[in-house]
Amino acid sequence: MPSPPPEIWVPIKLTLELAAISTLSLIIVATPLAWWLARSKAWFKEAVAAVVSLPMVLPPTVLGFYLLIALGPDGPGGWVASLWGARTLAFTFTGLVIGSIISSMPFVVQPIRNAFAAVGDRPLEVAATLRASPPRAFFTVALPLASPGLLTGAVLGFAHTVGEFGVILMIGGNIPGRTRVMSTAIFDFVETMRWREANLLAGGMVAFAFAVILAMILIEKRFARAGA
Amino acid sequence: MTERPAIRAEFRGTLGKFALDAGFTAPAKGVTALFGPSGCGKTTVLRCLAGLVHLKGVCEVDGDVWQDENGAFLPTYKRPLGYVFQEASLFPHLSVRRNLLFGAPRKDGGPREPIAFDEVVELLGLTRLLDRSPRNLSGGERQRVAIGRALLSQPKLLLMDEPLSALDRATKNEILPFLERLRDRLALPVVYVTHDIAEVERLADGIVLMDKGRVIGSGPLGELETDPSLPLAMARDAAVSLDGVVQANDQAYGLVILKVRGGAFSAPAPPAPLGQRRRIRIVAGDVSLAREAPGPSSILNILPGRIVSMKPVDSNEVVAVVALGPDGAGARILSRLTRKSWEALRLGEGASVYAQIKAVALAAGRGDLD
Repeated sequence: MPSPPPEIWVPIKLTLELAAISTLSLIIVATPLAWWLARSKAWFKEAVAAVVSLPMVLPPTVLGFYLLIALGPDGPGGWVASLWGARTLAFTFTGLVIGSIISSMPFVVQPIRNAFAAVGDRPLEVAATLRASPPRAFFTVALPLASPGLLTGAVLGFAHTVGEFGVILMIGGNIPGRTRVMSTAIFDFVETMRWREANLLAGGMVAFAFAVILAMILIEKRFARAGA
Repeated sequence: MTERPAIRAEFRGTLGKFALDAGFTAPAKGVTALFGPSGCGKTTVLRCLAGLVHLKGVCEVDGDVWQDENGAFLPTYKRPLGYVFQEASLFPHLSVRRNLLFGAPRKDGGPREPIAFDEVVELLGLTRLLDRSPRNLSGGERQRVAIGRALLSQPKLLLMDEPLSALDRATKNEILPFLERLRDRLALPVVYVTHDIAEVERLADGIVLMDKGRVIGSGPLGELETDPSLPLAMARDAAVSLDGVVQANDQAYGLVILKVRGGAFSAPAPPAPLGQRRRIRIVAGDVSLAREAPGPSSILNILPGRIVSMKPVDSNEVVAVVALGPDGAGARILSRLTRKSWEALRLGEGASVYAQIKAVALAAGRGDLD
């Protein structure tokens, strides 16, 4: 069997980079948001939760459409881009990262929120009676106890970013080497009848998805046993 | 107990449908039991003391104001207290040692902490558990670690919320001696919530009686136990706890002679060091009264005293409060007798009597168990 053509490596590398940066950003943004959703008594918190969850239900093209407008020259993205002399964030790698963060957010927030809710009030009350200030209680008690949820959130966020297609196509433009990731590359290879490359990438994604799901099950099993 | 109160607390407010309006003071030393039926608000009072619940009121401990009527409210983590919850609530991600040290002040070469790590570990028998995970401990071991963890945060006040109620009888009996040692060795005020009168009788020095969100009586344990206007004295299993000092050992018969105010009791027990403080429990139903000194009797403890007051329980029984000593100046005990006997003996307030006590139970040693 001949070795795979070199052009499939470019989208693979780009995809992994995108997923890694997005996942890291997601954890940083989603953790405080999930903490607030799990603990706040504000009346509007479920409305916020619903907004965060919208990308789960919206067609990716709808989400991509609005993102395209937001990232474009006339949206806030264009203003941000002007800070370094660019015209737009659409069709850029930064744009893809922002789009991925928003479209994967619900998959990260939900498990972390559930984990914080499962920790409950008691460990935090105990920490407070032991002189732990709220930040110290958060970092030394809540975060370690919710770590399985964070791990699940990271895995799901990473996997969802790798698998996103519609949003990426809408805001990324499928530019080789800059915004062409695996999912859009497969589409491209099929369009140009390059079945072997499409097959390789698609098969790789199947193997990856299997590994992700298996990993999640094993994580859950391990923590369920440890928590018993 | 005439010491200046170290703890002054008053809380009012509603939580859901439950209304609380409770105030009490407690001395700077010893165990104060918050006692009452389930749902009477004792745990809420404890949570208010800790600042875990914020109701209107006042909370002063050892001269420091933790909460006042003008809205001052110190958050829990700034209050120097220890809190032992009903369930041990250890941090599962930390070893026993790191649980114990979680609230301990950071070492900075300052003066030695008043409650030392080694002392607590020894006091609570934790040496073998230090490097284990809380997941692998028994219920009793967990609760001991939780108590040690609270102590090592160097509290000025220890709050305990039914620390034994989640444990089975055997485990309770395993922990009670540790609590007694703790009470005797550490000069730390303890507020102890319980609905189990047996725990009160063994551990408490003072008691705050609660019912339906209110305090219906508070003071030294012996005083409240012998107050006929309170439910304690009228209960079917009413008893009085007396603190005494070992006066002699009758080794030939295996008896310990214990001096209390206004009299002395013999109780079956292994010999105890002279001068040791011990607590006895006298059940009201085990005390019968006679007008004159009885002749030879199998009853060991027959003490003169005077009737202080009487209250009918129902149509056929009464409870009499008897002050020990011929002059009636000593400690008070209860006697539960039939109304028929009360009238037949023509008893009344101020009458001289002989209290015949069928059974005297000696609690485990105060001070050293080792």
